[in-house]
Amino acid sequence: MELTGAEIFVRSLQDEGVDIIFGYPGGAVLHIYDALYRQDKIQHILTRHEQGATHAADGYARSTGRPGVVIVTSGPGATNAVTGIATAYMDSIPLVVFTGQVPTHLIGNDAFQEADNIGITRPCVKHNFLVKDVRDLAETIKKAFYVATTGRPGPVVVDIPKDITAEKTEFHYPDKVSMRSYNPVHVGHAGQIKRAIKLMLDARRPMIYTGGGVILGNAAGSLTSLAQLLDYPVTNTLMGLGAYPATDRQFVGMLGMHGTYEANMAMHHCDVLIAIGARFDDRVTGNIEKFCPNAKIVHVDIDPSSISKNVKVDVPIVGCVDNVLKAMVKLIKGSKQRPDEAAIKEWWRQIEDWRSKDCLKYDHDSELIKPQHVLESLYKVTNGDAFVTSDVGQHQMWAAQFYKFDKPRRWINSGGLGTMGFGLPAAMGVQLAYPDATVVCVTGEGSIQMCIQELSTCKQYALPLKIVNLNNGCLGMVRQWQEFFYQGRYAMSYMESLPDFVKLAESYGHVGMQIDKPGDVESALKEAMAIKDQLVFMDFITDPAENVYPMIPAGGGQNEMILI
Amino acid sequence: MRHIISILMENEAGALSRVAGLFSARGYNIESLTVAPTEDPSLSRMTLVTRGTDEIIEQITKQLNKLVDVVKLMDMTEGPHIEREMMLAKVRAEGDMREELKRVSDIFRGRIIDVTDKTYTIELTGAGDKLDAFLQALDQGLIIEVVRSGVSGIARGERALRL
Repeated sequence: MELTGAEIFVRSLQDEGVDIIFGYPGGAVLHIYDALYRQDKIQHILTRHEQGATHAADGYARSTGRPGVVIVTSGPGATNAVTGIATAYMDSIPLVVFTGQVPTHLIGNDAFQEADNIGITRPCVKHNFLVKDVRDLAETIKKAFYVATTGRPGPVVVDIPKDITAEKTEFHYPDKVSMRSYNPVHVGHAGQIKRAIKLMLDARRPMIYTGGGVILGNAAGSLTSLAQLLDYPVTNTLMGLGAYPATDRQFVGMLGMHGTYEANMAMHHCDVLIAIGARFDDRVTGNIEKFCPNAKIVHVDIDPSSISKNVKVDVPIVGCVDNVLKAMVKLIKGSKQRPDEAAIKEWWRQIEDWRSKDCLKYDHDSELIKPQHVLESLYKVTNGDAFVTSDVGQHQMWAAQFYKFDKPRRWINSGGLGTMGFGLPAAMGVQLAYPDATVVCVTGEGSIQMCIQELSTCKQYALPLKIVNLNNGCLGMVRQWQEFFYQGRYAMSYMESLPDFVKLAESYGHVGMQIDKPGDVESALKEAMAIKDQLVFMDFITDPAENVYPMIPAGGGQNEMILI
Repeated sequence: MRHIISILMENEAGALSRVAGLFSARGYNIESLTVAPTEDPSLSRMTLVTRGTDEIIEQITKQLNKLVDVVKLMDMTEGPHIEREMMLAKVRAEGDMREELKRVSDIFRGRIIDVTDKTYTIELTGAGDKLDAFLQALDQGLIIEVVRSGVSGIARGERALRL
């Protein structure tokens, strides 16, 4: 039987196993919306802005490991989605974004709500497709999911002109698809793995540095086995938190610009660096000239272009991190050689010495609420077991420093692009994937206002998020840099007016709370967490002068941290 | 170092812009770029001349390989290869200069492919530096118009870029 393009779209998603899509209707996708209306297998979540739809799908993808699916209309629908697509691209998150397009015969005519979606999204997608024939639609959708979820994952855009969704053809959804131009590597090179192991076992001051790739590659278990087999210290990047249990002794905290003193000092002084699924981002390395000056570097990554991009490495291994880590564990177990016990013991003594600086300390006796205190209390009240999303800025760094993630896919933030406005819609995606879980969005009064309209979506779908708004009345990270590097000229980092967040939350149908005394922080969090069926917006009035420490100033090496 | 990179890619709309976009987005330079379908109409072959340190060239080839439309590529400059570029030069050819231009053209193995009473159009093929040398050998005032195809290249011997 022949189906319309719109029906093929819906059937393809069903066959792909998609259970939820995020989107916003419009002229070019009306046939598709009509087909969605006439089925009940796929739930459609109507956000209040296309950026919200992409971030929500992104949160769903990060927390589940399954691809997030988005549908938006042509023109402004697609351009509004671009920030969300770029966010997913920078963090290698699998998304499939369907954009409506004007009918084929109008493409290039500056038609109503026309934009060059393929051209606009090209630099921020893993790949994109324009469907020019309804007979190609099902296979193109299959390819989109295949490309988005394999290799180094990433967002894929499929642009569908309106006439294609009305035309009819026979429907067949392929079971699998192969592309001669796209063949991701799975297994690491055996010889390289052996070379790496030799280096690792000979190390006297080893360091394991892992990134988002370990989480994306579902390799947290293998990483933990490897690290514990060797008793080597582990640091995670911002994107990698949760890949190694943060409460374990071997974890030295996050590294980088706002990482711990012990993590950065250990990086600087190590003699063998084992980098796994991490990409030597500038926020991690600090000044590249001063980065790990004495280390031989092993780098495991699925993307060859990540290797030796910023830092030249000694033993590159291209492959799925989980496969490579499992191979390493097996080979080390089978090897007679063991790490030099005395050297490793001395190395740990040195690290413990750095750790004793207690670089994350803050003033516990302040009259004002310290944001760090809110995060510590949040960790305690949620037993360290919540999903935590964040926006971008100081609150993001404090969440990363003070919430100890023991499991992967629990910490959801925009690391690469640093997108303010990400936290709330991402939390919606997480809550929809895990309806009974505690999902907390840690945010600030600046970031939250960038996608605040999604509070309305939360009401429509009864999403009981817990929003922790660290309200210091200013764009904190901007203010911090202005204090440190612009002699306190606080250019445009204070908003002259802010809404009453309690009333705002209430007007959307949620529960609002304001907390302004340090003594009330924990009880307020407990009270909020006890409300299981409603969204609670907690507006914490925090110390506006608080800064994120420690900090590597721009141009500094990892051993040049500013401590409080 | 100057490198000639040959790329086999899916002959799809937009494939060229993916390559061009990659170069501008990552700040790599393109000296010349040619593209045309191959004997297999589903494949295009692109020849790209670029300059960069070894590290940059390594990144360029990795990033190109990462493009989903790129099927295979080869850095011609890694081995013995032949480089060719075609040039058409329209020159003012009057009076005594008609003979002189004919001689210069012959020296460079050029062919005069269009003649009027005032002009010659000369076709010349060779490596880029030969074409440069030809232009330098002419009286600059005589040059009316020059069009160059950009570089194509092929490896010598058994080495070949094919599926």
